[in-house]
Amino acid sequence: MAKVKGDVIIDIDVCKGCLLCVDVCPTKTLAPGTKVNQKGYIYVVKVNDDCTGCTNCSTICPDAAITVYREKINK
Amino acid sequence: MNDTLHLAENLVYKRPKTLINVAMHYCPGCGHSTTHKILCEVIDELNIQSEVIGVAPVGCSVIAYDYLNIDMQEAAHGRASAVATGIKRVLPEKLVFSYQGDGDLAAIGTAETLHTCNRGENILIIFINNAIYGMTGGQMAPTTLENMKSTTTPFGRNVRKMGYPIKMTDLVATLPGTYYVTRQSVHTPANVRKTKAAIKKAFEYQRLDRGTCFIEVVSNCPSNWKMTPVDSNKWLVENMLPFYSLGDLKVPSKEEN
Amino acid sequence: MGELKLMKGNEAIAEAAIRAGADAYFGYPITPQSEVLEYLANEAEKRTGMVILQAESEVAAINMVYGAGGTGKKVMTTSSSPGISLMQEGLSYIACAEIPCLLVNVVRGGPGLGTIQPGQSDYLQATKGGGHGDYKLLVLAPNSIQEMVDFVKEGFDLAFKYRNPVLILTDGVLGQMMEKVELFDQIPRSKEIPSWATVGKPPNRERNILTSLNLQPELMEKHNEHLQAKYREIEKNEIRVETINCEGADYIFTSFGLTSRICIKAAQLAKEKGIKIGIIRPITVYPFPYETYAKYADKVKGFFDVEMNAGQMLEDVKLGVLGKAPIKFHGRMGGMVPTPDEVFHVFEEKFLGGKE
Ligand SMILES: Cc1ncc(C[n+]2csc(CCOP(=O)(O)OP(=O)(O)O)c2C)c(N)n1
Ligand code: SF4
Ligand code: SF4
Ligand code: SF4
Ligand SMILES: [Mg+2]
Repeated sequence: MAKVKGDVIIDIDVCKGCLLCVDVCPTKTLAPGTKVNQKGYIYVVKVNDDCTGCTNCSTICPDAAITVYREKINK
Repeated sequence: MNDTLHLAENLVYKRPKTLINVAMHYCPGCGHSTTHKILCEVIDELNIQSEVIGVAPVGCSVIAYDYLNIDMQEAAHGRASAVATGIKRVLPEKLVFSYQGDGDLAAIGTAETLHTCNRGENILIIFINNAIYGMTGGQMAPTTLENMKSTTTPFGRNVRKMGYPIKMTDLVATLPGTYYVTRQSVHTPANVRKTKAAIKKAFEYQRLDRGTCFIEVVSNCPSNWKMTPVDSNKWLVENMLPFYSLGDLKVPSKEEN
Repeated sequence: MGELKLMKGNEAIAEAAIRAGADAYFGYPITPQSEVLEYLANEAEKRTGMVILQAESEVAAINMVYGAGGTGKKVMTTSSSPGISLMQEGLSYIACAEIPCLLVNVVRGGPGLGTIQPGQSDYLQATKGGGHGDYKLLVLAPNSIQEMVDFVKEGFDLAFKYRNPVLILTDGVLGQMMEKVELFDQIPRSKEIPSWATVGKPPNRERNILTSLNLQPELMEKHNEHLQAKYREIEKNEIRVETINCEGADYIFTSFGLTSRICIKAAQLAKEKGIKIGIIRPITVYPFPYETYAKYADKVKGFFDVEMNAGQMLEDVKLGVLGKAPIKFHGRMGGMVPTPDEVFHVFEEKFLGGKE
C-alpha cells in the first residue's frame, strides 16, 4: 500500500506564534514552543513525526513560515 | 526520517518568491499577511511579476510594497482605485490591482470605488474587510457589524445612529462595469485556497479586458477585536460570515470565456 | 514659423497638450475651463491616441494623474479654483512622491463657490503649498494665450526635469478670450520609460515604489531635505520675470497674469501725463523673482501692486522690496476685473494725491 510521509520546516525567524497552523494540523504535529525568536514571538515547533505533508499549516500560515515536503512511500 | 524526503521533487509548499524575505509588520494571524502571501503565490504561478503593478492603500497594508517584489504605488487614503485607473489607462496591457481595507474602500474611497467599478476599469480590486479600522487602532469602519464594539462605538454600533454595515461587494455586483465579483475569506486552509483561486482567475480575466474584478476577503483583526488569532477566526465564522456570506456574486457566463 | 491660429485660451491649452505629446488627461468639468476637456474629447484620441478620461470628481482626477504619472507618462489635468482645492490632497502626495505632471488652474473668484468670473485669488494656494506639508509646485503665470500654449510644452519639460508637479496659474479671462497664437509643431508621444517609473518590474532591476510615506522620521526628514534641495535648485535656475522700462522709472507697477496687461495699459496712461512707470511681471510666481524687486527698490519712489484678490502676491512683493520703498496695493475681488483707467486713477490717488 502506498503511504505518504511528510515533513515541515518552520522558519523560526518569520513565525509569529499565531497558532493557526496548530489549529489546522490533522496529525497534531505542530505545537506552541517555549522559545522566543528575535521579534519576541514564541514560535511553533514540531512535536511528532506523523506529518503527512497535507499543507494545511503552510496554507493557513499568514507569514509563509512553513515549508512542506511530501513523499510517497511503498511498503 | 528517510533521506529522500527533503529532495526538491518532494517539495509541496515553500514561501513564494515574490514575497520578499522579511518579516511582515502585521500582527500575528492577520488576514492581511495571508492575502499578501497568496497574491504572491499567484504572481509566481502565472509568472507575471514583470507585468503587475499594484496600488497600496492607507490602512494596515499601507506598506504592502515592502513585502511584494513588484512595482507599486502608494495611494492617498481611499484613492487607490483612482490611482489604479490612471495606471491601467496608460498601460492597458499591464496587470493592475489595488489592495484596500474597508475604511479605505468603503468609507473615504466609496466614490472612487463605485465609479471605478461603474466604468468597468479593467483592474482587480482586492478588498480586505475586517470590519474595523485596523491601522488607527480599532475605530468603527463602514463594515462594522450591528452592535459590534469598537473604540468609537464603545457600546456597540447602533445602526440608527451610526448607519448600517455596508455590503460594498453586493453594491458593486449590481454595476454593469464589474465582470467578476466574489466574497471569500482566509480563515481556513480551504478558504485560503478558494481565495487564491479567485485571485488567479481575476488576473486571467484581466487579460480578456471585460471589466472590473472585485474580490472581498472577509478577514480578521485579532488585535483590535482583542482576541487570539484562533478565536478571531471563530468569531469571524460566528459573526461576520452570517452577514457577509461567502461565494460568488457575479461570475462570467460560460460562453463569455 | 508654426501654425497661426485664432484660439480661445482653454482650447489653446488643449491643443498645446496634444501637440506637446501628452499621454493622458484626467479632468472634471468646471466653469470657466470645461472647454479643455471638451476640446480634448473631440480631438486628442484620434490624433495621438492620448488617453482622455472624465473622472467622477477632481479628487479622482488628481489621483488618476498620480497613477498615470507614476508610469512615467506625460499626464495632466485642468480645473478651476473649487476643483483645484479638491486636488490639494493629491498634489501633496504627488509632490512628495515626485511624480511629474502638469496642472492648469483657470482661476475664478472665490472663496467658496464664489463666481464663475475670473480671479487671481488662488495665488497663495498655488505658491505656498496649498496642501499639507513642505512642498512646492513650480508655478507659471501666463498673461497671454501664446504664453499658455508655450507653457504647456515647457511645463511638461520642467515637470520631468525636476520630477515635480508644474502648475499653470491662469484665470477665467485668459481661458475664455480669443487671441492669435503661434502653435508649435506636433511632438510625438515619448516611448521613453524613466528609471523610476512603475511599469512592471523586469527581472534585471529592483522594484520601483512610488510612495509619500516613511514611518521613520529620520528617513522622512532626509526625504524632506532632498525635496528642499530640489526647490533651492528650482529657485536658482527657473526664475522668470518680465521687466519693462524699469531703468529710470519713477514708480513700478507690478502684477502677474492678466492684471499685468492692465498695468501695462495703465502705465501708458501715466506716460501721457509724464510719469515714468516701469513694470515688473513675475512669470514664475514660484520661484518668485524677489531680486528683481530688490534691484529697483532704492531706485524708485514706490511700487504699485495690482491683483484680482485681496493682496496675495503683495506678501512676496514686500519680501522683495524689504521696506526700501513704499508699496501700495489695489485689488479687485469676487470676479471683478480692474480697468486701466481705474488702475491709473487709484495710482494717482495713492501715490500722487496724498490721499490714502
Ligand atoms: C485623509 C486621511 N484621513 C484619515 C487617515 C487616518 N487613517 C489611516 S488608516 C485609516 C483607516 C484604515 O482602515 P481600513 O481601511 O479598514 O484598513 P485596515 O487598517 O483595517 O486594514 C484611517 C482612518 C488618513 N491616513 N488619511
Ligand atoms: S503538513 Fe499537514 S500534517 Fe504536516 S504539519 Fe502541516 S498540517 Fe500537520
Ligand atoms: S501559522 Fe505560521 S506564523 Fe502562525 S504559528 Fe504557525 S508557523 Fe508560526
Ligand atoms: S491591527 Fe488588525 S488589521 Fe492591522 S495588522 Fe494588526 S491584526 Fe491586522
Ligand atoms: Mg479595516
